[in-house]
This record gives sequence, C-alpha cells and structure tokens, in this order.
Amino acid sequence: MISIENVSKWYGQTQVLHDCSTRIAAGEVVVVCGPSGSGKSTLVKCINALEPIQKGRIVIGDDVIPAPASKLSAIRARVGMVFQHFELFPHMTVLQNLVFAQVKVLKRSREEAHARAVGYLKRVGLASFEAKHPGQLSGGQQQRVAIARALCMDPACMLFDEPTSALDPEMVNEVLEVMTELAAEGMTMVCVTHEMGFASKVADRVIFMDEGRIVDDCHRDTFFGGTAQCSERAQRFLSKIISH
Amino acid sequence: MNLSLDWSVLPAALPFLLQGMGFSIALLAVSLLGGLVLGTGLALMRLSSNVLVSSFAAAYVSIFRSIPLVLAIFWCYLLVPMVVEAVRGVHTPIGPMYSAFIAYVLFEAAYFCEVIRAGILSVRRDQTSASLALGLTRAQTMRYVILPQAVRTMMPLILTKSIIIFQDTSLVYVISVSDFLGAATRIGQRDSRLIELYLFAGAVYFILCFAASKFVEARTHRKVAT
Repeated sequence: MISIENVSKWYGQTQVLHDCSTRIAAGEVVVVCGPSGSGKSTLVKCINALEPIQKGRIVIGDDVIPAPASKLSAIRARVGMVFQHFELFPHMTVLQNLVFAQVKVLKRSREEAHARAVGYLKRVGLASFEAKHPGQLSGGQQQRVAIARALCMDPACMLFDEPTSALDPEMVNEVLEVMTELAAEGMTMVCVTHEMGFASKVADRVIFMDEGRIVDDCHRDTFFGGTAQCSERAQRFLSKIISH
Repeated sequence: MNLSLDWSVLPAALPFLLQGMGFSIALLAVSLLGGLVLGTGLALMRLSSNVLVSSFAAAYVSIFRSIPLVLAIFWCYLLVPMVVEAVRGVHTPIGPMYSAFIAYVLFEAAYFCEVIRAGILSVRRDQTSASLALGLTRAQTMRYVILPQAVRTMMPLILTKSIIIFQDTSLVYVISVSDFLGAATRIGQRDSRLIELYLFAGAVYFILCFAASKFVEARTHRKVAT
C-alpha cells in the first residue's frame, strides 16, 4: 500500500531524515513515535508530499512521490490527513468544511457531498453540529470533524500527525475512539502519537524514530515486550513517558 | 456678539450639494473596490517567490506610499490622457472625474496591498497545509481558505481606512472636480456665504465620519467580546 524507500530530506544544510525505509500494508495501522525533533511528523508529511523529499521515493498505490506539481493535488486527495491543531477552516461552518473539498476537488454534486458529509458527521457523533462554526466546538469535537472531513474524500489511507496532543486530557479518548473504530474497519493508518495505550492496543506495528532515523520498526508486542526486544534508545524513551 | 450668519442660501443649494456628495461616495466606492482588488493582486505578487514579481510590487508600494495623494491625482490627471493617446494614437479626453477614479484606485491599492499582505501572513501556516492535503491547488487554497480569513482579520483596518478615504475624496478640488466639499465651495463663493457653507460641510463630514467610526468601534468590540 505505502512503500517508503530510502527517503532522505534536508532543510538547507540540516539533514532531518536519514535514509528511511518501511512498508505499510493495506489495512495496517502503524504508530510512529519518538522524541520531539526526531523527524516523525516530517516523515508523515512526506507521505502526502506536503514536505518535499530530496532523495529516495514514496509509493502509494499507483502514485509515486516525488511527482510533478500538477499531479500533487490528485495524490494528496487520495491520502487523508489529520493535524495536531485540527486546522478546520474557521470561516466555514462544519458542514461547509466537509463539503468544500468534495465539490472542488472530487467534483461531486452539492447534494452528494452534503449527504456524505452528514453521514460521516453522524459517524463521529456530531450530527447536530453541521451549522456551527469550528470556533463554537470543543477541541475534541473539532478533531472529530477534522477526521470526518478527511474521510469524506474516500482516502485510501489516513495520516494522523499528533491528533490528540493539543487536546485537554478529557477529550483525548473521544478522538482515540473514533480512530480505533476506523482501524477496526480496516483503514490503513499512519499515526504519529504519544498515546502508548492506543499504540499497544490498536497498532499493528510501531516505528520508533530518533534523529531522523528509523531506529525500531517492529510488531507492537515486540516493541512493548519490555525485555530488550526493541532498541535501547526506544526503551529509554518508553521508560520516560510511561513511568508517570 | 453678532456673527451675522445667513443660512437662507442652504435650501436652494441642497440639490447641488447632494450631487457633490454623490460623487464623493462614488469615488469612495470605486477606490475601495478597485483598491482592494488591485491591492490583493499586489499583495500576492509581493509574496511571490519570483524575485522579479515581488520586487515590482514592492517598488510599486514604496512609490505610492511615499508621495502625497494630491501628487498622484495630478499625475493621473496629466499623464493618463497622454498614455491613452500614445496607446490608441488618437486624442481621447478622459476628463478629471475618471482620472480621479484612476488616481485613487492606484494610490489606495498600495495601502491595501500592505494590509492584505499582513492579513495573509497572519493566517496559520497549517491552514495552507490542511487545504493542500485535501487536494486543493495553491490557487484554490489562497482564494477559498487564506484570503477570506485575511480579509476578515483586517476588516477593522479596512473600515477605518475607508473613513479616511472618504475624507480624502475632498482633495479632488485640485483638479476642479465637484465633490461634496467642492460643491460647497462653489456655492459659497457664488453667494458670498463661504463661512456658512464650510460650517455646514464640516458638520456633515463630522456626522458621517463620527457615526462610521463609532460603528467600526462597536463592530470591533463585538468581535473581541465573542
């Protein structure tokens, strides 16, 4: 489904990704974790070409990145993305947020786009919110709308960039529940997250990154197995974030 | 104390004054609309990664921000007919009214360029990412996601500026166009009642601009409160 092959990336002189390679099968859920500045968000943003790569390539289905600028829109439309700060469009209602790209990018009729939007809003439990503006919603609700917005595009896979780290603690679960359901339905997902509970229950695989390199890439049981099955660097990371 | 003011000339002068006010308002509307459209274009040019394009816009803004509006009015009054004649090859009278429209649009565009540019830069960068991630093109992203937010953010500045533009429309007297103040001047001179007409004109400007600025203030406060 997604194949990341020897990807390297530089910001000016600074190399932020070092020769990263991994494959993600259809239906697989992969959690990417690591300390801040390890390149995990950057790697995920490379998958839908929001960040250009200077070396290597990424294959998603039939699409290959790097691609000419004219093809990027179509590639991105097939990959759903959820951001840390939701990034709903504040000047549009919830419904307009969901309908907008369907009409502009997929050329769906307003009626069809509308029906789909209402369906997905219902799925994330926010059916009665369609006329509201994002500013009137809680963080958790906004993030669920953002997930619905991405799903409206019928993406082949979904990318999550720290979807719960900007949320108040009591709102984290409502978002994780939607993500867990999505995973159960067989959606291919790549999630950058520090929610180790989610990772250990929902993820098929865990990728651990440090200093722009993929250090560990293993089954979740291996990663969380404890007894020196993952790298020493990952164990140090885990002990730091789990012990509290 | 005897001020010996005579207001009896006013009623008869009203239709002419109203006509002048009509032109003032038309000039305001054209400068606002044209200035915003051209200014937005210039703002996009200034933000372009193409150095040639962005420095052209930067130069344009620098020039028009550094000269008095009166000078821009004169330039257009004298230069536009020459340019049109050079292009079309025949003498085409433009008239002071249209050259005033052109001068105000060109001049205010420089100001609105800076306002819109600041507005665009105030929108979070990830709004662009989110729009691109949905498959929208850069142009669509700018038009449907970034610009509406930029204009909304800058609305108080745009409204305040329109009040100033309204006051500045009186400068067209230098090319003998009769705006509201121009009309008042002509009648005042004709009837030797300049003081009365200037007092009246001042009162009208005050009422309109004061009411408008109170409106802008109330609107801004409401925004902040919610």
